[in-house]
Amino acid sequence: MRTREHFRQAVYTTPFHSRTAVANTLNLWHRWRDYTVADAFFDVGMEYNALRNACAVFDLSPMTKHQITGPDALAFMNRLVTRDVAKIRPGRVGYCVWCDDAGQVIDDGTIFHLHDNVFRLCSQERQLDWLHASALGFDVSIVEETHDIAALALQGPTSCAVLKRMGLAGIEQLAPFALRSLPFEGSELLVSRTGFTGDLGYELWIDPARAENLWDRLFESGRDYGIRPMGTLALEMSRIEAGFIQAGTDFLPADRAVRTDRTRSPFELDLGRLVDFDKPSFTGRRALLAEKTRGSRYRLVKLDVEGNKPAKDAFIYDRHRKTIGTVTSAMWSPAAKASIALASLSMPWGKPGEELWADIYYQKEMKWSRVMARCRVVDRPFYDPARRRLTPAPDL
Amino acid sequence: MTDPGRVIVIGGGHNGLICAAYLARAGRRVTVLEAAARVGGAAVTREFTPGFRVSAAAHFLHLLDPVVSRDLRLHAHGLSLARNGLRTVALSESGTPLVLDGAEVVAGQLSPEDRTALREYERRMRRFAAVIASQHSRVPPRLGSGSWRDVLAAGKLALDIRRLGRADMREFLRVATMNIFDVLEENFASPALKGVLALDGVLGAQLGPRSGNSVFNMLHRRSGTIDGRPGAYALPRGGMGAVSEAIASAARSAGAEIRVSSPVAALLLDGSRVHGVRLEAGEELQADVVVSNADPKTTLLKLLGARHLETEFARRIHHVRMQGNTAKLHLALSSLPEFRGLPSEHVGERLLIAPDPDYIERAFNPAKYHGFSAEPVLEISLPSIHDPDLAPAGRHVLSAVVQYAPYDLSGGWAAARERFRDAILDLLERHAPGLGSRIVAAELLTPVDIEGEFRIAGGHWHHGELALDQLMMLRPVPGAAQYAAPVTGLYLCGAGCHPGGGVMGSAGRNAARVVLEGARNP
Repeated sequence: MRTREHFRQAVYTTPFHSRTAVANTLNLWHRWRDYTVADAFFDVGMEYNALRNACAVFDLSPMTKHQITGPDALAFMNRLVTRDVAKIRPGRVGYCVWCDDAGQVIDDGTIFHLHDNVFRLCSQERQLDWLHASALGFDVSIVEETHDIAALALQGPTSCAVLKRMGLAGIEQLAPFALRSLPFEGSELLVSRTGFTGDLGYELWIDPARAENLWDRLFESGRDYGIRPMGTLALEMSRIEAGFIQAGTDFLPADRAVRTDRTRSPFELDLGRLVDFDKPSFTGRRALLAEKTRGSRYRLVKLDVEGNKPAKDAFIYDRHRKTIGTVTSAMWSPAAKASIALASLSMPWGKPGEELWADIYYQKEMKWSRVMARCRVVDRPFYDPARRRLTPAPDL
Repeated sequence: MTDPGRVIVIGGGHNGLICAAYLARAGRRVTVLEAAARVGGAAVTREFTPGFRVSAAAHFLHLLDPVVSRDLRLHAHGLSLARNGLRTVALSESGTPLVLDGAEVVAGQLSPEDRTALREYERRMRRFAAVIASQHSRVPPRLGSGSWRDVLAAGKLALDIRRLGRADMREFLRVATMNIFDVLEENFASPALKGVLALDGVLGAQLGPRSGNSVFNMLHRRSGTIDGRPGAYALPRGGMGAVSEAIASAARSAGAEIRVSSPVAALLLDGSRVHGVRLEAGEELQADVVVSNADPKTTLLKLLGARHLETEFARRIHHVRMQGNTAKLHLALSSLPEFRGLPSEHVGERLLIAPDPDYIERAFNPAKYHGFSAEPVLEISLPSIHDPDLAPAGRHVLSAVVQYAPYDLSGGWAAARERFRDAILDLLERHAPGLGSRIVAAELLTPVDIEGEFRIAGGHWHHGELALDQLMMLRPVPGAAQYAAPVTGLYLCGAGCHPGGGVMGSAGRNAARVVLEGARNP
């Protein structure tokens, strides 16, 4: 927290606001946690195009961040999340989920293993209460540092080239999910090869006092590489194409649910790969083991929807017109040239290749129409360029 | 690695010994590990000064499960009563005590209206206590499991309440969650009568007469049957330690091995399975199953460790209310004291200093703010009157349960011990002039002493408040209320489980049944 008087101010501007305010010619803003951020800067489609064909900058400072340190930090993290954190070596980042005792997902996020027993946990939701509750019996210190770190995502095919141009020599050697601390204008810049867009990209973490400096240097360096600012709407498009889920959109965080059947386990979010039963104890383990035996209730799937109408909020039917689930995220994907969707279906529906129907309502010039679109369950992301995984990263 | 068929019981308190006896009878190889030099836990008789012996914590036998007593043939193993059916005496500083034998007034002044009301009150409370008693031998149902066994168990409870009949059922449901003060106000006029009846609602608990749960606490106290007498208070010959010795003898003859002076330092964990224990001395013992008679916090947070539990469960255990509020005073006396106005034939009964409900409430007030009672409430016994072997010839021991003495006293007990003891002795002197000059030796056990001596975290006799939110399927917490801990191979059998504290033994017996069924908490 910046000061003890923090509660007197309802909403903050991010450390980049002096720059984003100028860039935001649409003056479109919304609230993300404690901060004001841009929906879009000049044109959602053009911002998306910059991301997919050049590079785009996204202000992710409001992301909830925690620092977890102390002799038991690794043991604490391992008890918290479902995957084996010991396998995330220092200098690496790992995607993870954590559950309540009933094995229902509270949130997803990324673990930055900065040094031995020093972790940064980034999450969509506020987690301080849960982290403190989980700390009973562990010698750890947990500090929320959301306000203490400014962060930008630089994503897209030219992102590596821009960073090199900015002077980050050797950055192309940074492997996916690796992080590196580099000198930057007399200070420290933490660079991780991570992102929420499914493309080559980086996230840059810096002292808020140097934030504007970083923004200016990035845009200077990227002038010849098509760099553009990007708002939340363009990011949302890219994350659906990448098949990434979002708390509060694709699943209800378990600690916010009143009705127990509204929550989802990691298996029900297609994240079974993040559950490591070789770990002897983590919260949710017993319930998830039981689910393994008993079977899951739901399945999260990717749908390739026929036609060009986004299947937003559509009911999904089987071939007998039985309602078997709903779409959680949907869009027309410019990259895939297809209408795509994420949907939560009741078991046993949703096996890869299965044909289902989406009941789509859409509006054109104030006229509502309805179409029953055939859709197919697919098991690959809709957008997955090879450069995302290449090391050294292509730097043009 | 485990030792197939081997069961280790941590703690040789009465529940641990009873659990061990049942398991040994069923053919399991059982080892009981007791930290102290003798078995019994808080049910022990010990010499607190040369020649004078007294029950160190619990001092009346009133809840011992009759089924346990019969199954384990405790009388054949040496259990005998020096006195059963103790009367209740409301001591009076002004010299007008009231002596009650259940619903009947043996001595003292009580109006005809109060006498009539007392009979009806006793009749109802005995029936209500029987509903509580019928739950003791059952494994509580799991909430929301949907399994037919759990539904059946919950249904049995509903049926027991329904069987009270329309009028009593309604009254039961009405008063069960009330406070004892309000219930007594509805029924009686005599302050002395209301005082002693109110004390039953608050003994052993962090409650005043106006606190919720005090009616339930009273019903729980009455839910025992000793030698066929419901709600009776008895003195075992040789003190409460003799009860433990009889149970230990039954356990040994069933084949259980009992090792004393063997404190356990930690549970051994192989992945997510408990497979034995490590003693403080370093020795490791393997077992298929470990049953812990220690309190839930000691077992799960200290011996196992919160990190091996899931977050919500660990937090629930951490928040179990189990800070003691009850102290114990032991006096060695050169001769029998005389209490104001009390005929000498009643001195050996259950003597109470609780002159009226407001007195108790005022005694409770400081305890809310981490202070002790300047004028405490007392439950007194002079067991040597019925059991002369406890003291040298012609001499006596006095044992008193004293409230309120909060575990987390401001400034700590070391600084306050003398003042509290003096406050109690002053009060006793006012009720029994000359008692002070008869004192040969005195011992005061505060909750902190009880925690240290009996290894009960918080020093709470019942291993946790007996309150509606910590009972049955909520005792100690959901997820461990069916005796199986949420860690494979570990079970709980102490007073921290259903049906709670008092020298009862039902928890030990129920836990043995669950172990034998191999039941697991999913």
